[in-house]
Amino acid sequence: MLIASALLSLPLLSLFVIAFGRWGRAHSVAYAGCFVAAVSLFSGGLEHLGGVWGAPSLVLPIGLPWLKAHFRIDNLSALFLLVVNFSAAVASAFAIGYSAHLPERRRVTPFYPLFLFGMNTVLVADDAFVFLVAWEFMSLASWLMVLADHQKAENRRAAGIYLIMAVFGTFCLLPALGLMAGPGGDYTFAAMRLRDMGGVVGFLVVLLTVLGTGSKAGLMPLHVWLPLAHPAAPSHVSALMSGVMTKVALYGLIRVLFDLHGEVGWQWGAALMVVGGVTAVMGVLYAVMQDDLKTLLAYSTVENVGVVVIGLGLALAFKADGENLLAALALVAGLYHIVNHSVFKTLLFLGAGAVISATGRRSISALGGLLNRMPWTGAAFLVAAASASALPPLNGFVSEWLILQTLFKGPGLPHWAMKFGVPVVGALLALAAALAATCFVRAYGVAFLGRPRSDAAREAGDVSFGMRMSLVVLAVACVVLGVIPVTVTDALSHVVQPLTGVSFAVSADLGWPWLSPVSSHRGSYSGTLLVMVGLALFGVVVVLVHRFGTEALRRSDAWDCGHREDIPQTQYTGPSFSQPLRRVFGGTVFRARESVQMPPPGDDSPARHSVSMIDPVWDGLYARLGLAVEWVADQVNRLQFLTVRGYLLMMFCTLVFMLLVVAMRQQS
Amino acid sequence: MTAVLWQMVQVVLVVALAPLVTGWVRWVKARLNGRRGASPWQPYRDFYRLLQKEAVVAHSASWVFRAAPYITFASVWLAACIIPTFTTNIFLAPAADLIALVALLAIGRFWTALAGMDVGTAFGGLGASREMMIASLAEPAMLMVSFSLSLVSGTTQPAQIVAFVLTGEIGIEVSLGLALAALFMVAIAENGRIPIDNPATHLELTMVHEAMVLEYSGRHLAMVEAAQMVRLTLFMALIACLFAPWGMAMPGAGPVGVTVGMLAFLAKMFILATALAWFETAIAKMRVFRYADFLGGALLLGLLATIFLYVSEAV
Amino acid sequence: MAQQFSYDLAHLIGATVLMAGMGLLYQRRLFAVLNTFAFQAVALAAAAAWQAHVQHAPHLYATAAIALIFKAIAVPLALHWLVERLGIHRTVETALSIGWTMIVGVALVALSIMLVLPVTAKAAALTRESLSIAMSVVLLGMLMMITRRNAVTQVVGFMALENGLILAAVSAKGMPLVVEISIAFSVLVAMTVFGIFFFRIRERFDTLDLNYLETYRGDRQ
Repeated sequence: MLIASALLSLPLLSLFVIAFGRWGRAHSVAYAGCFVAAVSLFSGGLEHLGGVWGAPSLVLPIGLPWLKAHFRIDNLSALFLLVVNFSAAVASAFAIGYSAHLPERRRVTPFYPLFLFGMNTVLVADDAFVFLVAWEFMSLASWLMVLADHQKAENRRAAGIYLIMAVFGTFCLLPALGLMAGPGGDYTFAAMRLRDMGGVVGFLVVLLTVLGTGSKAGLMPLHVWLPLAHPAAPSHVSALMSGVMTKVALYGLIRVLFDLHGEVGWQWGAALMVVGGVTAVMGVLYAVMQDDLKTLLAYSTVENVGVVVIGLGLALAFKADGENLLAALALVAGLYHIVNHSVFKTLLFLGAGAVISATGRRSISALGGLLNRMPWTGAAFLVAAASASALPPLNGFVSEWLILQTLFKGPGLPHWAMKFGVPVVGALLALAAALAATCFVRAYGVAFLGRPRSDAAREAGDVSFGMRMSLVVLAVACVVLGVIPVTVTDALSHVVQPLTGVSFAVSADLGWPWLSPVSSHRGSYSGTLLVMVGLALFGVVVVLVHRFGTEALRRSDAWDCGHREDIPQTQYTGPSFSQPLRRVFGGTVFRARESVQMPPPGDDSPARHSVSMIDPVWDGLYARLGLAVEWVADQVNRLQFLTVRGYLLMMFCTLVFMLLVVAMRQQS
Repeated sequence: MTAVLWQMVQVVLVVALAPLVTGWVRWVKARLNGRRGASPWQPYRDFYRLLQKEAVVAHSASWVFRAAPYITFASVWLAACIIPTFTTNIFLAPAADLIALVALLAIGRFWTALAGMDVGTAFGGLGASREMMIASLAEPAMLMVSFSLSLVSGTTQPAQIVAFVLTGEIGIEVSLGLALAALFMVAIAENGRIPIDNPATHLELTMVHEAMVLEYSGRHLAMVEAAQMVRLTLFMALIACLFAPWGMAMPGAGPVGVTVGMLAFLAKMFILATALAWFETAIAKMRVFRYADFLGGALLLGLLATIFLYVSEAV
Repeated sequence: MAQQFSYDLAHLIGATVLMAGMGLLYQRRLFAVLNTFAFQAVALAAAAAWQAHVQHAPHLYATAAIALIFKAIAVPLALHWLVERLGIHRTVETALSIGWTMIVGVALVALSIMLVLPVTAKAAALTRESLSIAMSVVLLGMLMMITRRNAVTQVVGFMALENGLILAAVSAKGMPLVVEISIAFSVLVAMTVFGIFFFRIRERFDTLDLNYLETYRGDRQ
């Protein structure tokens, strides 16, 4: 009931903004309304996750006359309701303060409630019709918000590519769901679960689902729209697109592969693991090279989606081999990472929004020294950066630890491809985690530490109280999710129980604060204990040092090996920080070339150092695809200039072809 | 209850021993170079002297710069408390496994690199960017080592690995040899030893770790150096624990067993420290962009170590 | 127990040969390549000697001796002398970067393990394992010949390949003509080394025809 009314209120809010958008307060009211709706949806999700077993369902006579709309909330939906609406609530609260200064807010606010409505309805849909309509709501509403600042050419380009990829995704999902519904055309999920899809149909369903949801989630090489579109929207929307909408896409993947589709072969698990591993490493490599703060964060989203997909692929492979316990564990690990990423990525994007509203700059190399000027934003961003770098005791680490632990069991699978593939995927995952740390040290160090590189950064001040509190809430969530991992995994094990058929507790062996998947003998971790002991040791160090040493402190100019450089331009910038990695990886991956132009002797113009890089996925795949499409279109274009006889010939051929098809069908 | 007791002993032991290990390495190196060298006890005196000096902090530095030395030291210390040194019967042993250990070490690196960038000098950025490049290859290599160890022994918990090795079910495994080689390479990189980095240099263009901590002084510098010493001790203890656990006291061992374990631990540290000094004297430093080949080699060795297991497993 | 030990040690020595093969790919300087190759030959000699001991096959001692004297000492010294004498450029010229070569190398090792293990499931453990290692060494030698431009490194790659063949020959129980094979290969290697010698001279002066030297004297205007 709570969920239904909250859901219904969202389109009304959108209408309200359209009607009263001219009035400034209306926007704040709308965001406040979204906040309330998201909080109610969150509490609704919490009730269903922790409450009774079984899943309440609802059938409404809406839609086409002879179709009914089915809704159902099971544990998986409830979990994703929590994920979506926690971030949505915080982002809405943030937007109350943030949107006040947005010039294009009248093109953002009306679609924001619709975006939330679409995402939430995808989660509670129980038939293909509602699912697809809601999916399109989500895509279109976010597309409109990407286009909000349409004065800039790059935003229009981003929106164009986003639209193409969204359409591609739907074109894949539509036949996937259609194939699952079968010739009988029973499009409810309940009917799909019962259907036995064998051979070719089953294969096509999985392939199309992976393509359809993967393009929305940002799997390589379908990710191209993501780093363009996510940064183009206003920051609170970027936060939801990156932190949450990718998760809704993953929900679709999990729903089909683990729930609706009965049997998925281990080969799909292996394929997903490889795709996930490549996505993770490539995503973070791209991220390390970016100078635009929001593009960097968007690429980091690509990386994290890759990490989740490794977990999901592993779960599929284990499930196909009947290792249900390990499958459940891998699924828990993947879901845990989904939860974590939604929290820290929302925080990172909102932090970026705060930086942008304080300085107006998105390039990290134009910032610097922000921690001293925006202490709250800086501290919260630091927590999220550490979490994204998979540092204990924060949440990002726990889920990567769980995924690695499960991965270490992978060689136990009987297939040679898995035996040799799993270590490679493990190496990719480890590489991605380590590079993520580099990426966030770079982003944080250049933007928030050091000396300001521009006037905008020098004069920045912290954002309003409401915005700060949103950031703090998320930072606290990052810490809590990391420090009491056992509580989270126990809740997640309820979610995976219906999907894998086993009920288990990750902490079964040692009790509450100990996370010990499989068994305590195998490996265990206790964030709770580490934090306690670590804090104690920290305290001891501080006390001892101040007890036995002097407390004198003097402020002075930086020493810098005696160099006395007063201009902030001598600091490392984003591109200079990534130079070693560009040398190591960039040469092969991005074909990075560095060149130095020295002025001739006697000329006092500055020497220039330039770097050229290509985007391998875009130039290698999409640019060529674009050329091919253009060529085909040129060829087809000729058909418009045929003679009457030519057109008649075409019709005749079509007719004969159709007749042939009919004849063939009758034969068989 | 004894677990808590031995844990306490270890907490003190690693910190108390670390300066001596570093001092010993320096002394042996000096001897091998034909110098007299400072006494092995010199690091203790340095530490005390640094504590008495006032700390100088740049105007542009934020609280990150001041907090980083303490956080780095505390995280490295915590990591060092978890590795079994003289006994596996320590309270914190199940709190973190090898993967978590790698991540605990990453905390220190994260903060040191941030501190390097905090003052806003060119050297700090240079050190931080190189350090993170090294780490981005060394960390996966170490995870691959834990992967192969977990395949051999069925666990990622150092204490359980010790128990497994001590049962003697395991012969001379090629995988273990490869993993050991990879771990050595990682240890060299993580501790900034030759041929990756030179702990004694302040030559501008070759610095990595020293470039990051260039701005530190007084008690902050003392913490940074102490963290570096504990880290060296930690890696030696880790190598000793995983690949040469002989003599270590198991749960239930009496005072005699623990004493034997302690003596064995000290002997192992002595041998490893001497070997490190000899190795550093015999080898030349690498160019910066050879690091990638070296550490990539470590990563691939780790991968080979896991692959080789299938050869011996299928016996 | 003794069985297990002999097995483990053979495994270990074989892996050392393989690691030396990887080491060859890692080196950037020509002299380091030669030293690594000498090390590989010593490891091969050790493998042959150990097999001679375990299989009670005295003729394998001859193989070990040939490997030690000819490959570990004579050939590296000769190549060393050649490089110095002819002033050959002392860095290894790569066609594929070192990092990528090593990645491909690891993939080749995985491939050979994957190929050999299922095929020889019924063979004795010792044979099976040595076969997979030997095959990896052969493939790595080929890889070295492909990805390194320098003539000397190509010879070294060829000899590394041949080391792999001999490793396979000594480990398979009852393999006939092991000694003969190793002698034949050694002669081949010697021929190749001389081949380079002349090749290099020709490359330097474009011809062995001494008339061309006269241009340097400035006699012919």
